[in-house]
Amino acid sequence: MSDTNSPGQPDSGNSGELSWPEYLTGGESRGAVPPGAQAAEPEGHAAPHRVIGTPPPAVARKLLAADGGGISRETVRELPAEPDDPRRAKRVEKLVAACFLVAGLAGLAFMVFYGTIGVGSITNVLHSNLALGGSMALMFLLLGIGTVLWVRHLMPTVELAEDRHPMAATPQERAAFKETFQEGAEASQFVKRPIIRRSLIAATIPMAVAPIFLLRDMGPLPGTSLDTTVWRKGLRLLVYGTGRPISAAEFNSPGALISVGPEGYLDNDNAMAKAAVSLIKFRPGELVYGPPARPGGPSVRDKVVPNWTVDNIVAYSKICTHLGCPAALYEQTTHRILCPCHQSTFLATEGAKVIFGPATRPLPQLPIGVDSEGYLIATGPFNEPVGPSFWERS
Amino acid sequence: MSVERALEGVGTFLDDRLHGARGVRVLLRKVFPDHWSFLLGEIILYSFIILLLTGTFLTLWFQPSMTDVIYHGSYIPLRGVRMSEAYASTLNISFDVRGGLLMREIHHWAADLFMAAIMAHMIRVFFTGAYRKPREINWLIGIVLFTLGMFEGLFGYSLPDDLLSGAGLRITEGILQSLPIVGTYLAFFLFGGPFPGHEIIPRLYILHVLVIPGLILALVTVHLFLMFHQKHTQMPGKGRTNTNVVGSPMYPYFMAKTGAFFFFTFAALALAATFAQINPIWLYGPYNPVAMSAGSQPDFYMGALEGSLRMFPAWQWVMFGHTWAFNVFVPALLPLGIIFGGAAIWPFLEQWITGDRSEHHLNDRPRNAPTRTALGIAMITFYGVLWAEGANDIIANHLDISLYLTTWIARVAWLVAPILAYIITKRICLGLQRKDRHLLEHGVETGIIRQLPGGEFIEETRPVDEEALAVLTSRSELPPLPSLEAAEGEVPPPGMRGALGKVRERLYNVVTESVPLPESHGNGHGNGHALEAVGADEHGQGSLPAGTGTEQRGGQDQH
Repeated sequence: MSDTNSPGQPDSGNSGELSWPEYLTGGESRGAVPPGAQAAEPEGHAAPHRVIGTPPPAVARKLLAADGGGISRETVRELPAEPDDPRRAKRVEKLVAACFLVAGLAGLAFMVFYGTIGVGSITNVLHSNLALGGSMALMFLLLGIGTVLWVRHLMPTVELAEDRHPMAATPQERAAFKETFQEGAEASQFVKRPIIRRSLIAATIPMAVAPIFLLRDMGPLPGTSLDTTVWRKGLRLLVYGTGRPISAAEFNSPGALISVGPEGYLDNDNAMAKAAVSLIKFRPGELVYGPPARPGGPSVRDKVVPNWTVDNIVAYSKICTHLGCPAALYEQTTHRILCPCHQSTFLATEGAKVIFGPATRPLPQLPIGVDSEGYLIATGPFNEPVGPSFWERS
Repeated sequence: MSVERALEGVGTFLDDRLHGARGVRVLLRKVFPDHWSFLLGEIILYSFIILLLTGTFLTLWFQPSMTDVIYHGSYIPLRGVRMSEAYASTLNISFDVRGGLLMREIHHWAADLFMAAIMAHMIRVFFTGAYRKPREINWLIGIVLFTLGMFEGLFGYSLPDDLLSGAGLRITEGILQSLPIVGTYLAFFLFGGPFPGHEIIPRLYILHVLVIPGLILALVTVHLFLMFHQKHTQMPGKGRTNTNVVGSPMYPYFMAKTGAFFFFTFAALALAATFAQINPIWLYGPYNPVAMSAGSQPDFYMGALEGSLRMFPAWQWVMFGHTWAFNVFVPALLPLGIIFGGAAIWPFLEQWITGDRSEHHLNDRPRNAPTRTALGIAMITFYGVLWAEGANDIIANHLDISLYLTTWIARVAWLVAPILAYIITKRICLGLQRKDRHLLEHGVETGIIRQLPGGEFIEETRPVDEEALAVLTSRSELPPLPSLEAAEGEVPPPGMRGALGKVRERLYNVVTESVPLPESHGNGHGNGHALEAVGADEHGQGSLPAGTGTEQRGGQDQH
């Protein structure tokens, strides 16, 4: 055991007189104390290590000090056996027993409820949870209350004092430790034979590095996969949820926003995590256009690219450029797209530029057009990486 | 009695083999000091045990798999919906396993209680100075445990693969990606490729049920062993010194009390799980990367990180062909780094400033270390601002103010509030110290007015009692700074010279700022300024002038 006060451990070995635990064992433990430690301990401690705090410590101290090592077991009783108030104790006894009995009943009730209340529907689960949880809580609560009443009103009040000793060992003990350690080091030849030492150190380096190699196959290297999405020219925009293509004529109520994904990838979470798109319809004149995009060239920031829209319908990446949450909230009247995670706010009429929050880049715009059947399609991929920033993004 | 004989038989059997009688006997009498705030640490331990018990139950049904399935279970609203096996099995635990929902909710509440109790315990240890030598190692272990607890919680609530926790994982991935140089690689290795992939739930599962709990268990064991070995600190009081431990013995008192406390913790969690629904994942729906609801919040212990990410300005550079996403990795690492790093360094910094290398087993009253207390409150305020900002959408909604305004308030409060908190707390501490000093100098007012023979009216005071005296006069003695001892004009000792020495001297003056105790902290001394009449008796007994001692107490009883 770790108790520094336990007999046999050096720091409890005060010279000159026996500490409290030792007198009961007849002082036999003194043999276990290293000779050096004993000599080093300062004189003093007229009082034994432990005394009774209440009633007055002075009495107990005197009693122990007078008897020293010759004291017998019977004369000292640290913990009184009688409660402080016998009359109240009788009342509390019944109360404690009642608590424990009802706790037992609650435990039985738990088992009965388990057997009688089934699950499998919302209502049943609700009832089962109430019955099981309630009986369980009652059981623990009464066990706790009973035990506390027991401790506070039945067990006699007692306060003991125990001596503390400095955590540091004595200089002698430290010197002895150092000597032992050095002897071991010398006997091992580790110091004397550097070739062994150095070759061992050299060998441990690969040993430590090799396991890191094992982690390599945890995932593929990112490569350029973050730069692109599955969108490409000609893919239809399918409505997320129904999976149907949508035409510009159908999507005609200004202020509406729907989530769309690329044809063939709606159930592919990996693809959708980057390719999800918000499709927004505006009234004529609401959009602030920049210059048309040249093929392959960069788009103008903070403006809508006119030749990437169809009839005032604009498609923006739904993936927030801050940390990748779906920027899913849209306020029709102000044309703000808000990401619910960290409240980056994008202005949909002006190329989804950032107007508040921690995001730094606008939501990329997807070039869209119409196919021969009148359905909306992508006319090309995003012209920049979507989603959160990463190191390799330039 | 046969019970006694049976016990003796078991005891003999064990002692013959283990030699336990001597050590265990001492153990049974080990003294545990009593104070309500010492129970905070026990709450951590017991909620951890409850987490292990309920968590084991949950593993019997939980499937850590991201394989797509179509749900056919008892929860009708989600029937026919495509979801991962992890989410489906969590629904199964909630709706088709008896007691499953209860255990899930106890598990979740216990995790929150675990983290809340860690914070409360750390705050207690900090403000009472219980982290001081020789307990710095345990303080550091505690900080590591706090950090591990955060990860354990994050990974745990991500396992059901519901919409809310999926967003948490998405944010985790985004933070990893933002790290310079290694970020993209770390994200790809953790997720086994692009987000979300099919690996993350099984990987988080093994971290959550084995690796991190194993680490926590090992560290908790060391933490408790050190606490046991170094003995518990105690609050100041009569008969309590830096070289003793006063309290009730482990057996039977502490064992019974702590057992009761385990029951209470379990009862509180069972009550919470029964009557306060937490993490109803069936309402959130399975994760999909396209959907997200307003008002999304992480568990409370991730709130500060969330708030930090929300309020940080949109700063980002593209330099040397690479993206430096300061808007992500700085708020992700810096504020919590300041709190955890600051907490880890503080004990050693304080030692360096004060030069105090002695052991402390008697706790400080927070007011008696005004600078430390003020620093602690400033840190809590700092954390609190971030934490509140983590729920700024909820706050804006309830207070009916602009969302952006809450963010701006947080951006300002983040810097200003801790400074204000520091100044105010320090003033309060010094004021409380003056009040203590007043009590020691003038005694406790009794409300009894007496007329002196000369016609003057005075209010009777009585001396503070011995218990209060011990509390009021308890101060940690700090060694004087070497250079302050050196006389004017002398060369300061080495270590106090140069810029670093100057810094130390200034910090010393700040850290040790305190209202001194009265010259002779003789007990309150009866009437007004009658110090000379008392003769400054150390224990305030015996030499009091007539009419101030028992008579006054009697008078008080009549009122």
